[in-house]
Order: sequence, then C-alpha cells, then structure tokens
Amino acid sequence: MALIDLNGISFAYPNGNLVLKGLSLRLEEGDKIGLLGENGAGKTTLLHIILGLLKPAKGEITVFGKRCETEQDFKKIRGAIGLLFQDSDDQLFCPTVLEDVAFGPLNMGMKRHEATDRAERTLDKLGIFHLRNRVPYQLSGGEKRLVSMATILSMRPKILLLDEPTTGLDEKTGKRLISVLQNYPVRAWIMISQIQSTIEAMSNKYCQMNGGRIDLV
Amino acid sequence: MICERFASGKSILHSADPRVKILLAVLYAFVTVGLESQEGQILALLGGLLLVMAARLSLKEIFRRLFVVNLFVMMLWLILPWATTGSGIVNWGPIIITFEGISLAFSITLKCNAIILANLALLSTSTIFSLAHALAHLRVPSKIVQLIFFSWRYFHVIDSEFHHMNQAIKVRGFKPGSNLHTYRTYGHLIGTLFIKSLERGESVQKAMLCRGFDGTFWLLSHFRLRPSDICLVGLATAYLFFVIGVEWSPWR
Repeated sequence: MALIDLNGISFAYPNGNLVLKGLSLRLEEGDKIGLLGENGAGKTTLLHIILGLLKPAKGEITVFGKRCETEQDFKKIRGAIGLLFQDSDDQLFCPTVLEDVAFGPLNMGMKRHEATDRAERTLDKLGIFHLRNRVPYQLSGGEKRLVSMATILSMRPKILLLDEPTTGLDEKTGKRLISVLQNYPVRAWIMISQIQSTIEAMSNKYCQMNGGRIDLV
Repeated sequence: MICERFASGKSILHSADPRVKILLAVLYAFVTVGLESQEGQILALLGGLLLVMAARLSLKEIFRRLFVVNLFVMMLWLILPWATTGSGIVNWGPIIITFEGISLAFSITLKCNAIILANLALLSTSTIFSLAHALAHLRVPSKIVQLIFFSWRYFHVIDSEFHHMNQAIKVRGFKPGSNLHTYRTYGHLIGTLFIKSLERGESVQKAMLCRGFDGTFWLLSHFRLRPSDICLVGLATAYLFFVIGVEWSPWR
C-alpha cells in the first residue's frame, strides 16, 4: 500500500491557469522523493493539494489507504503529515517560540504540560532550546526555519512535505537542517528544492514536474 | 518602526500582572470620564502622573506622545469656546467666546490627558503579546483577542514588505513629487500591499490548518496574582475612591 497515492489530479487557479493536468504520484514506504521543476511548475500547489489546503478540480487523493475528499477527511491526516512552508513567517505566529512549537501538540489534544514537555524536547533535538522564550518574528532567517521545522516535528509526523527547506539558509545552517531531517525517524518524504546539493543529499528518487505532469527521473 | 519602547523595564508596574493592569486601566478611564468637577479632573490627571512616575517611564518620550494627542485636543479648543452657548466673556462681533465653552474644552483636555497617562503607565509597560494573553484570560471573546494578536504579529511583516517595495522603487530612480506619476506609483504600491496582505493571511491560515487549528486559542503560560498586584489594586482603587469622594463632597 502506498502511503500517499495521487491519481489523475487536475488543478487550475481562479485566473484559469491550469497548473496540474492529470498528475499521478505514489509515495511508498521509505521513499525520499526530490521534486524538481521550474518556477511555477506547480510543486508547491501539489504539496498543498496533498493536505487538502487546495481542492483539485479532478482526481483522487488517497492517504494511508483512505480516500480523502472532505475537509473532515483531511483534518484527520494533517497531524501525520508535516508540511514545512517556503516562508517561515507564514508558519510562526505565537508570542514565543515555545508556544509556537507547542501549538500543534495542543491542537492534537495533549495536556498543557505534555505539550510543553514535547515542545522542549523537540527544540532540544534541533539544538535551539536556548531560543524557547524568544519572539519568533525577531529571529534571524535561519533560526526561523529551524523553529518552523520544530513546530512540525513536535507533532511527530510520519510523512514530511518539505517546500524548499534549505533555500535562503547559509551553508552551515542548511547542513544542520539536513542532518536533523536525516536522523528523524520518518517513513517517507517529498522535498522541493532548487539546490542541487540538498536534493542529492536527501533523496533516493527524483521526480520532474513538467507541463502539469510528473515523471520519474 | 514598531517597537514596544516602554515594555521593558523594572518598575513595579512592569512586573505587575497584565490582567490587573487592564482592569485598572478600564476602571480608571470610566471613573475619569464620569468626573464633572474640575477638582476631580485635576486629581485624575495627578493620578495619571503618579502612575507614570511609578512606571519610571522616560518623561521626554511621554511628553512627545502627549503632544501628538493634544494636537487633536487643540482642534476642540479652536471650536468649542465659540460653538458652545452660555455667558459670553469676549465679544468679537458675531463670535462670542463663552465661559461654558472654555471650561468644557478645559475639562476634556484634563480628562483626555489623565486617561492617556494612566494607559501609558498601565498598558504600555506590558508587551502586546502579554496583553493579548491577559485579554484571553479575562474571557474576552477569542475572536477579538486573535484579531489583536494577528494584527500585531503581521503588521510587522506587512510593514517590512512595504519597506522592501519602497526601497525597490527608490533604487529604480523614483522621486516622489506632486504629479500623476507619483500618485499612480503609490496607488500601485498600496494596491500590491493589500493583495500581498490578503495572500499572507491565506498562507498563515493554511499553515495553521496543517497544525490542526480549529479556532481554539491555547494558552501555555499562566499569570499569577502576587501580593504586589493586590497592593497595586488596593492603592489605585483607594485613590479612585478619594477622587470620587472629592467629586461628591459637600464642601466643594
């Protein structure tokens, strides 16, 4: 059984721009897919469709063997699939880093002290425990990205969708993020990146998006 | 551009519980608005000054802010003295300056400054975030708290987007002037900013949905009421009772 199975997905933006045309993709256990493609090829759109943030005009989405159609279906899978956004400012909004990292676990129904505990452990694992009382929007770009990563990992997702995780980071921070991801026990991931070294270090399969479809390279 | 200049400090008001401070600020404003005697209003202003002194805020900065507020109050001084009916003091043809008008303008000035001073001392000594938290603890509707919270959080982002765009048009040789080109350029700039803000809002909502947000605003930290807070409440309410007492006293 594929973890994520997309079948014949078509999607157009309200302005009529058809970005996905009958796209199909299977994510299997252990897959680390590097998603390549030009700007505007629909890579980010694809990740948003997997989580039900955008609704496709046509096609089937199956996650963990279950068809996902309604908002309720997608709500159930969102905790198990972590999406790292391209822009960290979209993701961080709480008064303190600790609260941001505990936000997901609290939404999952954890008690306050459990959520705090988990948030602190996640921050510790990423080596940013010292940032826990800082205000997220005052952090540097690299710190913001690491905190965004922590907000997702604290929900213990089984699948990661990474939208340009190392873009805009310096080499040292980028490497640190990569090593965190490589050591994280995840079942599979899809990663978008324009940076060759990141793609090579982190993928075991390559997909090319072109003309609204996907080809295995 | 945005800075909580007064929020860091070590005074008794900085360390006080924000919930207490919000309640006191509201109480202070209500009592002050209701004061009718000049003695009461002067005492209220004095109370505001005492609070500012207790908060140990920079007086220069305080006066700078009061100046801005009093620019608006000046408008009232330009209108009220001749627009209010009553016993005239000065007669300039059709314009009659009345005693009632002047005393009304004076009392508005006193009340306004008293409330601003109290609010500066009580509210600006907390960060916006802890005030939002305190509002949530005070059971203010979650939607209002979130509105305040997100406005503040993303004001910063939108402001920096505006600056980026502004810099970008400057490096392309744009010099603002009184001409159609300038107006059109600023129109585009503001229009783009609106669209960007909207899109930012949508992205943020998506990111929150991904983390299982269902409208509940979780609070991690809790405020604790300390003896010094109770002291503050005691002193402040005692002072307000004193002011009300003066207002109602028969010897006035």
